[in-house]
Amino acid sequence: MDFKGSDTIPGPRSEDQLPHTAQAAVKIVIVGGFGVGKTTMVGSVSEIKPLTTEETMTQAGVGVDDNYGSETKTATTVAMDFGRISITEQLVLYLFGTPGQERFWFLWNGLFEGALGAVVLIDTRRLEVSFDVIGRLEERGVPFVVAVNTFPDAPRYPVADLRAALDLSAEIPIIETDVRRRAASRDVLMTLMRFLHSLAMSGALR
Amino acid sequence: MTPPQRQRRYPREEPPPKPTPAPAKEKEGDGKQPERLYVVAGSDDGERADLDLVTLIVANAEPPPSATPEQTALLRLTITPLSVAELSAYLNLPYSVMTVLITEMLTAQLVTARAPIVRQALPDRSLLEAVMHGLQRL
Repeated sequence: MDFKGSDTIPGPRSEDQLPHTAQAAVKIVIVGGFGVGKTTMVGSVSEIKPLTTEETMTQAGVGVDDNYGSETKTATTVAMDFGRISITEQLVLYLFGTPGQERFWFLWNGLFEGALGAVVLIDTRRLEVSFDVIGRLEERGVPFVVAVNTFPDAPRYPVADLRAALDLSAEIPIIETDVRRRAASRDVLMTLMRFLHSLAMSGALR
Repeated sequence: MTPPQRQRRYPREEPPPKPTPAPAKEKEGDGKQPERLYVVAGSDDGERADLDLVTLIVANAEPPPSATPEQTALLRLTITPLSVAELSAYLNLPYSVMTVLITEMLTAQLVTARAPIVRQALPDRSLLEAVMHGLQRL
């Protein structure tokens, strides 16, 4: 990019600018396998057109990479889409859609550590794709809910069967959704927030 | 039809150490933007500020005459607050390069950082309630 013509630097449209009063941001991570609908979900609830932040994964990461690039490749660009929802004049919520492989998470420092919680988006045609990411969230103590993005040709399992298959405890919400719909994506986020709130309540009572 | 079966895992005794992204060492001809990244980020020897993807950055003043083109661009974008992630997207710079550039500008007091609210062991209920109210208005 040529920064010399800085008058033409792309930036937020005036209606996409945050107010001066914006004091702090929180983030929620949407995680799932390739093509499960992460970006669609970000786009359906975001007030801005989803943006992309990139990071270069250098040799060390590529060495353990068995899915991307060739063995001779020394750098891989990993992209993460995100969107934004203004909560109040002071508070902003960011949504990040990230690949399920943990090695990508390290590229963005604090992606999960600081997040309020996570949404694991799953596709019942490839349920096993989500196994590892759910395990990683459990190990890291990141609270999460599971959202089943319903594709027309995907098998429909009763929630109890899914809960058993995913080996999730009873309190972790599992909901069906269609992330193309704004209201449905919003409801997934609300489910996560209610779950976090219930954790806060039970923590306070302990 | 039976779905495949997962085995539950449990929190590790100790959280894994915080990853510090290895500074991207430049190699001739590697990547899409060879050599350029190092120039933008300046010296990569110093400490980086504790920046999060959603740390909000705000310009302190008009770009001074001494500002580099990248600094000028960033200062124009941050007349109103903007997250590090958005800056990375709009300026088309990798996140790690972005944090180095912002660290320099924080040191030079060209910009101010507004820290994010991160997850606590005991979450702030009023914060969660505020987010819920905000989502309900969507």
